[in-house]
Amino acid sequence: MDFLRPASWEEALAAKAEHPTAVPIAGGTDVMVEINFDHRRPEYLLDLNRVGDLYEWEVGEDRVRLGASVPYTRIMEDLRAELPALALASHTVASPQIRNRGSVGGNLGTASPAGDAHPALLAAGAEVEAESVRGSRRIPVDDFYTGVKRNALAPDELIRAVHVRRADGPQQYAKVGTRNAMVIAVCAFGLALHPATRTVRTGIGSAAPTPVRATVAEDFLNAALEEGGFWDDGQAVTPSVARRFAELCAAACDPIDDVRGTAGYRRHAVGVLARRTLNWAWEEYRGARRGTEGAA
Amino acid sequence: MRVHFTVNGRPQEADDVWEGESLLYVLRERLGLPGSKNACEQGECGSCTVRLDGVPVCACLVAAGQAEGREVVTVEGLAEYAGQRSGDGPPRAGGTHSQAGEDTRLAPVQQAFVDAGAVQCGFCTPGLLVAADELLERNPMPADADIREALSGNLCRCTGYEKIMDAVRLAAARQSEGT
Repeated sequence: MDFLRPASWEEALAAKAEHPTAVPIAGGTDVMVEINFDHRRPEYLLDLNRVGDLYEWEVGEDRVRLGASVPYTRIMEDLRAELPALALASHTVASPQIRNRGSVGGNLGTASPAGDAHPALLAAGAEVEAESVRGSRRIPVDDFYTGVKRNALAPDELIRAVHVRRADGPQQYAKVGTRNAMVIAVCAFGLALHPATRTVRTGIGSAAPTPVRATVAEDFLNAALEEGGFWDDGQAVTPSVARRFAELCAAACDPIDDVRGTAGYRRHAVGVLARRTLNWAWEEYRGARRGTEGAA
Repeated sequence: MRVHFTVNGRPQEADDVWEGESLLYVLRERLGLPGSKNACEQGECGSCTVRLDGVPVCACLVAAGQAEGREVVTVEGLAEYAGQRSGDGPPRAGGTHSQAGEDTRLAPVQQAFVDAGAVQCGFCTPGLLVAADELLERNPMPADADIREALSGNLCRCTGYEKIMDAVRLAAARQSEGT
């Protein structure tokens, strides 16, 4: 095994081009587990800890450009207002020790269907900035997950940053597990209201071979909210609409039975989380509307 | 490969380190610092918790080469580290229940664990001490929820959590009294 220690992003790209089998390592919270358990013996480890840019983020007008190695701790402490769903998701990751090292770039690189960040990225809307010596490209996160632990990266590409849309409305995230820490999701659900475009987006984790959006459920809800004038008059989401939305979210799952839960439980739980997160987010939206009207 | 880094304030060098080796292995097997414990090797148990440039991490998930040029504090250096932080030297072991020898210095959080009886088999203790000490550095008056969250990545298989909570509360109270 060779340990490659690029001091800059350019050096990292050059190393990855020269050694496409090199496994990038930043926080090590996935890669080191595989090495410790002898599940993986990469020819080259590509250490990204010395590439300082990867630990920085910029808050733009519409998007946050989040460096690939920014630890979850920073997201939950510093980006809660801009990226509420991702901040909530970050807080559910493992433990403080893991959140101090693990990052969204690593979650994307591993592309586990159970990765905590994915539902939040899908709901908020995000693009993955991938780069190689050949150039840079932006991959919509919806197209990024291609299979169980597979992603759209080419062998010579590295993840440089994630561009996440800044919240324009309330966002929620919920995860099912046996305790509040050190838990791999049985299933997870992210939901974002986008009042600017009058749309709702979703993300489902750990209930299909890849993280997925519940697009049929989104279409149903968007139409129901529009037709009923919900965005304008700020009425509560009717139970029948919430119930149908939950059913369609459950139907978007394609889960398996495993040690953490059965397929049937996952489908059921995703429906429950969908209904809850919708109600939490919608109540926050109504509260904000009432606040605005009260001030006017 | 050869790796250089600072451990508990002293420059260290490890030779013939395998590229896939963890920081934990280097500390225990190459530098003779067995305080950080090796249990799950997958970041689940927290018994290998150390400070890496001040940040609490699982040493089993840091590749040894990633520690090059950086500063590591292990439980062996905790008394000195806490002493430097408080501006005075590390306190002498006190407490009537202390089994420590005369020359052994303890960090306040270590003394509190001794006094509160927060040690059963002791295997999780070093990781808990490093995590608890960092909490008290960051948040001198933690609420119970803060303590639980800060220690949520450290498992005690004896399930001695209540006494561990007592110990951290005791350390916080002593710290705020300036004793």
